[in-house]
Parts: sequence; C-alpha cells; structure tokens
Amino acid sequence: MKLFQHQPELTSLSDRPEHSPESPLSVHSVTVAYHEKPVLWDIEYEAPRHSLIAIVGPNGAGKSTFIKACLDLIPRATGLVEFWGKSYRDQRTRIGYVPQRESVDWDFPISAEEVVCMGRYRKIGWFRPITRSHREKALECLEQVGMESFAKRQINQLSGGQQQRVFLARALAQEAELYFMDEPFAGVDAATERSIVGVLEQLKGEGKTVVVVHHDLSTVPEYFDHVLMLNARVIASGPVREVFTDENLKKTYGGRLSLLEEVGEAIARAGRGVR
Amino acid sequence: MSLTLSSPSSLVDLSFQVPTISAIFSVLTLHAGYNAAIVVVGTTLLGVAAGIIGVFALLRERALMADALAHSALPGLGIAFLVGTALGIDGKSLPLLLCGATLFGVLGTVVVQLLSRLRRLHEDAAIGVVLSSFFGLGIVVMSIIQNSGSGEEGGLSHFIYGQTAALQARDAFLTLGAAALTVIASTLLLKEFRLVCFDEEFARSDGWRVSRIDLMMMTLVVIVTVIGLQSVGILLIIALLVVPPAAARFWTERLPVMIGVSAAIGGVSGYVGASLSALFPRFPAGAVIVVVAGVFFFLSFAFAPARGVVALFVRRFLLRTRVTEDHLLRELYERLEQSNGDGDSLLRIGEGSRVVSLPELSTYRGSTPFARWLHRMLLQQKGYLTLTDRSTLLTERGYLAAARKVQNHRLWEEYLLTHADIPASHVDSSADLVEHTLSPEVVEKLKRKLRQRGTAVPESLHPLGSAFEREVP
Amino acid sequence: MIDFLSIDLPPLLAALFAAISCALLGNYLVLRKISLMGDAISHSVLPGVVVAFLLSGSRAGGVMFLGAAIAGILSALLIEGIRRFGKVESGASMGVVFSLFFAVGIIAMEQAAARSVDLDADCLLHGQLESIFWYPPLELSRFFSWSTLALIPSEVVIAFLTMLLTIGFLKLFSKELLLSSFDPELSTSLGFSSTLLYQLLMVVVACAVVASFRIVGSILVISMLISPAASARFYTERMKTQLVMSVFFAAITVFCGYTAGAFGPLLFGYEHSVSIAGMIAVSGGVLLVFSSLLAPQRGVLARKWRQRRLALAVRSDDILALLYRTEEQGGHLSRSKLLAHFFLPKRTAHVLRQLLAEGLIEEHGVQLSLTPSGKARAEQCVRSHRLWESYLVETAAVDRDHVHPMAERLEHFNTEELEGALEQALGELPTKDPHGKEIP
Repeated sequence: MKLFQHQPELTSLSDRPEHSPESPLSVHSVTVAYHEKPVLWDIEYEAPRHSLIAIVGPNGAGKSTFIKACLDLIPRATGLVEFWGKSYRDQRTRIGYVPQRESVDWDFPISAEEVVCMGRYRKIGWFRPITRSHREKALECLEQVGMESFAKRQINQLSGGQQQRVFLARALAQEAELYFMDEPFAGVDAATERSIVGVLEQLKGEGKTVVVVHHDLSTVPEYFDHVLMLNARVIASGPVREVFTDENLKKTYGGRLSLLEEVGEAIARAGRGVR
Repeated sequence: MSLTLSSPSSLVDLSFQVPTISAIFSVLTLHAGYNAAIVVVGTTLLGVAAGIIGVFALLRERALMADALAHSALPGLGIAFLVGTALGIDGKSLPLLLCGATLFGVLGTVVVQLLSRLRRLHEDAAIGVVLSSFFGLGIVVMSIIQNSGSGEEGGLSHFIYGQTAALQARDAFLTLGAAALTVIASTLLLKEFRLVCFDEEFARSDGWRVSRIDLMMMTLVVIVTVIGLQSVGILLIIALLVVPPAAARFWTERLPVMIGVSAAIGGVSGYVGASLSALFPRFPAGAVIVVVAGVFFFLSFAFAPARGVVALFVRRFLLRTRVTEDHLLRELYERLEQSNGDGDSLLRIGEGSRVVSLPELSTYRGSTPFARWLHRMLLQQKGYLTLTDRSTLLTERGYLAAARKVQNHRLWEEYLLTHADIPASHVDSSADLVEHTLSPEVVEKLKRKLRQRGTAVPESLHPLGSAFEREVP
Repeated sequence: MIDFLSIDLPPLLAALFAAISCALLGNYLVLRKISLMGDAISHSVLPGVVVAFLLSGSRAGGVMFLGAAIAGILSALLIEGIRRFGKVESGASMGVVFSLFFAVGIIAMEQAAARSVDLDADCLLHGQLESIFWYPPLELSRFFSWSTLALIPSEVVIAFLTMLLTIGFLKLFSKELLLSSFDPELSTSLGFSSTLLYQLLMVVVACAVVASFRIVGSILVISMLISPAASARFYTERMKTQLVMSVFFAAITVFCGYTAGAFGPLLFGYEHSVSIAGMIAVSGGVLLVFSSLLAPQRGVLARKWRQRRLALAVRSDDILALLYRTEEQGGHLSRSKLLAHFFLPKRTAHVLRQLLAEGLIEEHGVQLSLTPSGKARAEQCVRSHRLWESYLVETAAVDRDHVHPMAERLEHFNTEELEGALEQALGELPTKDPHGKEIP
C-alpha cells in the first residue's frame, strides 16, 4: 500500500489547524488494508475528552480493525494517529486495552488474579518480580468488577461473562486515561453487563475516556454519550443525541457499498496480482 | 534397510542380562565410576533445563519449531567439522561443532519464519520442508566426510542418535551452565514469558517488544537443544522439550507448578534413562530417556486428577448416572401423580395387578441390564428404593427426593416459558438440559424469580404423557 | 549403456515412483494443513518395521509393510486421541507421539542388532538407494521375458505398486477428498465422513511412506511428501493443476538430486559420489525456495515488481491529473514545481521522462503542458476522480471535506466495468463534482 503515499507522511498533526492537542485520540486519514485489500478508508476522527464513546457498525465494518490500527497492533497503510498530540509510543502508559475475549486461549494455566496482574507489568518493568503491592492493586481491580471471590480461580473455570470481567479488571489495573475495549458486551450475562456499565460510569467520573466497540444498538443512548458510526469509512461521529439518528443508522447499516467493495478487490488484485 | 539374518531363533529370545541389585544401586547413587556419574548428572540437568524452557515453547506453540531447529543443526555439525579440519584445527572440537550446529539451527528456523510469512504456506509445511531438506544436506555432508577417508565421521553420527557414553566432564559442566542459565532466565523472565504466551496482542498494546521476548525464549530453546544434541541426539531432543511439559500440564492449572513438575519429569527421565542405559547393554540413552518421559506422559494422560482421561471418563459417567437417576425419580413421581398416589410414608408403585418394574420405565428403554442393576443399587444405597421380588417400592426419602427433582424441573420449565420465550412444546427437553447441573443457590434464585416459595411441587405445564417418551440423553 | 541400465536406472525409477506417490498425497497434507502428520507417520513407522521383524523373524516385505502400516495408523489415532481428550495442542501431541514411537523403534533396533541381526541404523536415515542394482540381459530380445522381469529389484516393484495404489486411491476418492479437505463439516453432512476419509488418507500415506523410506530413509521422505506440493502452491489455485505440477516437481527433484549426488562431485574432481537421498531432499528445499521467490505471479519478486509497476502507474496518473487541473485553472506548471509537489522526487522524475517519451507531455522551456493525447488520458483520470467524489458524497455518505484524498486512491483502479457501475449508481450523471468542479 506504499503506492498511496503521494506526499511525505505527516509526522505530526500539530500543524493542522482543526487539530486540538488536548484530544485524547486524533485519527487522521487512516487507511488500513488486510492482505492488500483496504478495509478502512481514510478515517478521520477526533475523540472528545472525558467521554464514553461507542463505535458502532455492521459486521465487517472494520470496528476492531480501527482500534487495532490506533494501537499499532496492525500496520496502517497511510495516516497518522495521535494521543494527546503525541505518538502512541510516547503515550503508551496512558492507554489501556481490552482485547476481544476470543483472542486468547482460555485453557491457559493461569489464575484470574495473575491475568489482572498483567495490567501492572508495564509499571513493574523488565525482569522485576510481581510484588505484594501490585497483587493488592490487582485484587482491588477485581473487586471493582465484582470478581474478588474468583481471584484464585483458574480462568478456564470462569463463565464467559466472568472472563470478560477479568479482562476489564486487567485494563483497570493499567491505570490508564484512555481505554479501548473491543466488544466487551459480546455474549455476557446481565450481571457482567451491569458491572461493565458501572465501571464505564466510574471511569467517566474520573475524567477518563473510553472507546468501546459496541454491537447492541438499543443500549447505545443509555450507556454512551458519544458515538462513532463506522462502515469501512466514517459515516458520522459526535454526541449520541445529535448523530445517533435513524438516517445515520440507515446509512451505516444500509448494506455494503458494493462499489467500494469492488474497487477494494480491484486494489487487492492489483497488489497481489492473482488472476 | 539391509537386514541380514543369522539365526531366527535368537529373535524370539527376549531375555535380558539382568544386572545385580548392587550394580543398580551403584549407578543410581552415582557410585559406578566417574564417567557413569557424569553421564547421569549431565542428562539429569539437561532434562531439567529442557523441561523448564519446554513449558514456554509448548505454551507459545513453538514446540515443533524446536524440531526443525534440531534437524537443521546436522549440516552445521558436518560443515564445522570440514572447516575445522581444513583449517588444521581439531575438527571434533566440541565448541566448534556446537557453533556450527547453532548457526545452522538458527538459519533453519529463520527460513521457516520467512517461508510462512509469505502466506501461501502454513507454518507446518514450512517446518516439514526445512527440517527434511536441512537434514538431507546434513546427510550429504556426512557422506562427503565419510568418503574423504579419514574415517572420522563416526564421531559425528553420534549426534544423530545421541551418545551419552561420549559425555565428558566438561560436557557435564556445559550442561550445568545451560541448566543454570535456563533456570535463572526463566525465573527473571517468568512474567514476560507468561505475558506473551497468554496474550500477545495485549502485550504489544502494553508496549512490550514481543519480538524481543520471543528472541530470548528461542535463544534458551536453541541453547538447550544444541547442548542436548550430543547426549540425546538430533532426532529425539524434541521429545525432551515437548513430552515433560505436555505431561506436566495434566497435573496443574498453575504455571509455576507446571514448570516445576515439567522440570522434575525431565530431570527424572534423564536420571532414570541414563541409569537404565548404563545398566543394560544396547539401550541407547537418548531413546531410553525419551521412553521414560513417555511413560510419565501416558501415566499423566491417564491418571492425572484434574485433566487425565480416567478422571474425565469418571466425571462423565457420574454425570450420566445422576441424570438417569433424576429422570428415574421424576418418572416414578409422575406415575404416582397420575395414579393419584398420596403422600403416605411408603408408596407403592404399580399396586395390585399393575406391577411396574423398573426395566419397563421409559427412562430405561435401551439401557443395558448392567446399567439398570447399577441404578437400582445406587438408589437402594441412598435409601430411595426398596425392592421386593415383585415390585419396586419408593421410600419416604425417595418420595421427597423425587418431589424435589420434579419441582426443580417444573420451575425451570416455567422460567423458560415465561422468561426465555421457549415454546411449551420444547420446555421439557430444554429444562432437562439445565436441571441436572443446578446448584441449590440457583434453585433458590429461580424460586425467588418466580415468586414461589416453599417446597410445593407445581403442576406440570404440559401433558405428562410426553415425559414418558423421554430418552436417556 | 549397460552401466546406466544396471546402476543408475533402477534407483532412479525407484526414487521416481516413490516421489510421485508421496508428492500426490502431499498435496492433501499441505492443503489440510497437516503436513506434519507426514512427518509424524514417517517417524512412527520405524518401530512398526522393527517390531514386525523381531516378532516374525522374517524380512519378507509384506510383514514389515504390515507392521509399518499398523504403527503409522496407531500413531495417527494416538495423536488425535491425545489432542482431543488431553486437550494438548496438535503440534505438541504430534511431537509427543512420534518422538516416543521413534525412541521405541531405536531401542528395538538396537536389541535386534544385539541378536546378531544386522539392522543398520544409518540405512534408516539415508535409505539404500545406492544399493539397488539390476542385471539386465545382454540381448535386447530377452528384455521382456519373465526371468528378466523377476530380476527387477523389489524396491522398484514395491514403489511402482504403491504409486499405482496411490493414484487409484486419489482417482477413486478425488471429489470426496477435495470436499473434505475444503469443508470437512459439509462433507460429513453429505455422508462422506471426513474422519473416515482422514483415516483412509493416513493409511495410504503410511503405505507410501513405508515404500519410500526403504529407498530414501525416514527423515528425507518428509521432503518428498511436502516439498513438491508446497512448491506447487506458488503456481496455481486449481487442484488438478496442483496435482499435476507436484508430480512434475517430484520428477525434477529426483532427477536433480540424483544427478547432483551421483555425478555432481565428479565435476569438481571429487571421486566419490555423495548421498543421493540427501541430495533429493536438498533439491526439494531448493525448489521450494526458488518457487517462493521466482514463481510468476505469487513469487516474492513478481510481487515486488508488480507493486513497483503499480506505483509508477499511479504516479503517472497523478502527474497527468495535476497538469490537467492546473491547466483547467489557466495556470502553468514548471518541472521543478511538479517535482516538489510529490513525495519521492526520483520516482516522479523517472515517470516524467517516460511520459515525455510517450508524447503525453510536452516541455516548452521550463513549462510543462499536456499534448492532446495526454489530455485525453488526464481527462479519463480526473473524470474517474470526480465521479468517485460524487459517489462517495451521495451514496457512501462521506463528508464532503474528506472525499478528495479517498477519491485520490480509488481513481487509479477504474476498469470499464467499474466505471459503468459507478455511472449507474449515480443515476443521472452529474456534471459537477461535490466541490463544484466540472466532470470531464
């Protein structure tokens, strides 16, 4: 995808007039390709501070891809992502992440508490062992999600919702200011859903920002105050009350854009050269 | 393979020369001479080191990468020998050979990674090709050495199958060093290794250089593999890295414990294997070590309490028994209910001429006589049934238990009907699926949810006839 | 000639037959992502052979074959059982089973050797390709008599029969195997039990491995199984072509390996030949590396070259479009300005030279301008760009301010078909783009 670099890559967004350095997350002109086929087209987004942001869109709209591209987990073909006006590398300690539950092997020999401790590893640093204070912090985080009695439980003995809460507790243990959560509400029980919502409220109360990939449209107005509607490109973004409209939803979910799909395939073919 | 046969009768003669007790004792206590002691100590340490690092290789799903690594080392050994001889150094000098082995081993793994990154091939195809092609190259180099007439390749071919007898004191020290390094590094890096093995994506998002952690892990694997080439051999060193961790996994759910168990199994295999090999003629140490480790593996696979197969089958059997028992009691109760049975202290099922014997119950259709006998015995044991020669009697306790089961079942049916929108025709089987695994707390919650207190058994929500057609799941 | 017939031809044929059966089966292993099952089976065969031999006391091919096949199947079952019931990851369960089988095999072999039976450990590794001889008759007329045929080395015959068996099996089950490799669940639901097919495949693989490991040794047979099929993956997406190519590659590796092993050293003035089996395995690996680099479409080099060509095409479109837009506004562009406009000025200069040579752009003094034919090309490009902009704003609901860079990407990939679809999607063709500029 190098072929799309017409101009020297921007190294900083600070010279862009519409950019505000206080924004926890600014995304500029990000395109992401899987196997040379673009799945996200020129994403432009600026997250407001102190807010709960839902990313909604149909399956395959690139919601998870968007989060991963922000976190440098997958390469971006073009574009720039900044956190509080600086690169991800510089702000890493201020950012927390809750991956999708399916992304790990839950049969791994590890207890809930040990998983949560992983959120502290960055602060502990290379080679140093996990100390008691970190363990206590981990327990505290487990308590916040109502899982303190399962601390010593093996993760494969937890239900899906409980596993999700362990992941959430791990992110809390990171003590970040900006959180990315990938489908935390997917397939969880009511207790977990309440617990996650409680944590979200609490984080917001502490002046933090949370970006959540969300699939249940009916709860968006209840849980979130901002929304980013995504379907391979940004359809709309802004306060839920303003942009979460039927019209925008129709645009977001109104089927795939066959032409965009087609040209994506054409690009992939040109890059891969098959057939 | 060329087989020439001298006397077929000797083949069936499978007797061994059994060593004396004192010989066994002296080997096991390292008193059978300096060399034997070194061999035993060396392989034990190797087993410990491989057992530790193998845990991480296994959890990171890199186990077979180590196999490719070991096989790729063969041409390295041969080329190092040729280069050494050409330069006038002793071709058989161990550091030189190990350097060559390391170089080619690493080269092999790099080629595997490059090939699988092309996305046309799955990693295992790349491993297979690299492993066999590098080994083929090794065979070619060996044949060159053999043909060069120096007759020295004998020393090298030991590396293929392993030759513990050749171990010397410095090799034991080398192994000791490798083992110590593995233990120290694994302790220091336990947290980092655990992180990348469990959740690589999170590790990267948290700012860890995953490639760097992987590199350290692979370095340890390379060190242990190369050190092990001499005693266990190229073809079998993979077993020391895979078998003890896989066996240890059956015993525990905790990583530190798993590492300890794996190290212990590796160490004991090395110790026992080397000793056996010293005691019996023509038992190559490498193979014996692997077989001992394999015995540990299969024992763990079968008998480990948490994850072993026997435990698994016992648990499954118990669940099945409980399910059948529940069904049986429920059916008895429902039959009573239909025949307007009252709650007398002793209830008779099938009074007078209508004798219902247990085998006739629908729950029992298709079950074996043994299963019927077993359930009857179990229920009798619990005091739920008394058997006379003509009929089956449900005791008071049995009646109460049955009532509880029925209550449970109907509560679930109601819940599913009213709260989960499952149609009435399906609630029976759906309730069947969940009711057997209920804990008392859940039942209590359920009751509260349905505003139903006490122990009264609710009415059935569907005609009972259908219940009798129920099959044993 | 006689030398060739008696010394070179028999091993060549044996290796060729073995390689063909392995390569054919290898396709299914590679496609099912179970290549290492071949590895596991070839390791596991050893104890089967030795134990069968120890128990029966005969070295009849049939008995050893049976023992090997049983061991191979047993190991496949055991691997599956450990994976499923022990929840051990499949790579690890393979590692456990095959190394254990192999260790048992080595011990059994040593024990056999102790009973003064000459079971050579080295033969296991390189097979006995070099020792396959045939004594052909001296007169041509006696070539096809029974007595001559009876003298054909058993390795050749067995390898040939195995090849027939393999081909027969694959012909018979071709559609079932294809289906179950591609979609095991659908296959099972249609009544072709994919587990059964898997087991059958493993049996045939075990047979092929047994027949070949007498010829090239137990480790090197893995190369024969996987390399040709893996290499063929770089040339085709069709199963039939893939099968044919893998056979072709199998033949190539055998010939190259044989030549390099038997005659190669002589070229360097070295009097002994080197291990031919080893060379066959090496040529398999080399073939794969070559294919991955040089295959016409999927190779690394072809991909790099294509990407570069694409980048140049994109740049030439961009230059033409830039000139068009400048001229549209009545301005002019100098060479230096043009170069400064783009990233990577070297590439721009290179493309510009090409465009000048093709006569799409003219240079008057320092001013650049489009020739009529250049203008036509540029129009095409700008039109495509502005159509996309309209589409993105109207149909894709993209913000007006953001459509330009996006259209910049899309414009280069307009085929006639796509353009037609674009026009159709826009309904009545707009004459102006969202920024109010005219669509050419």
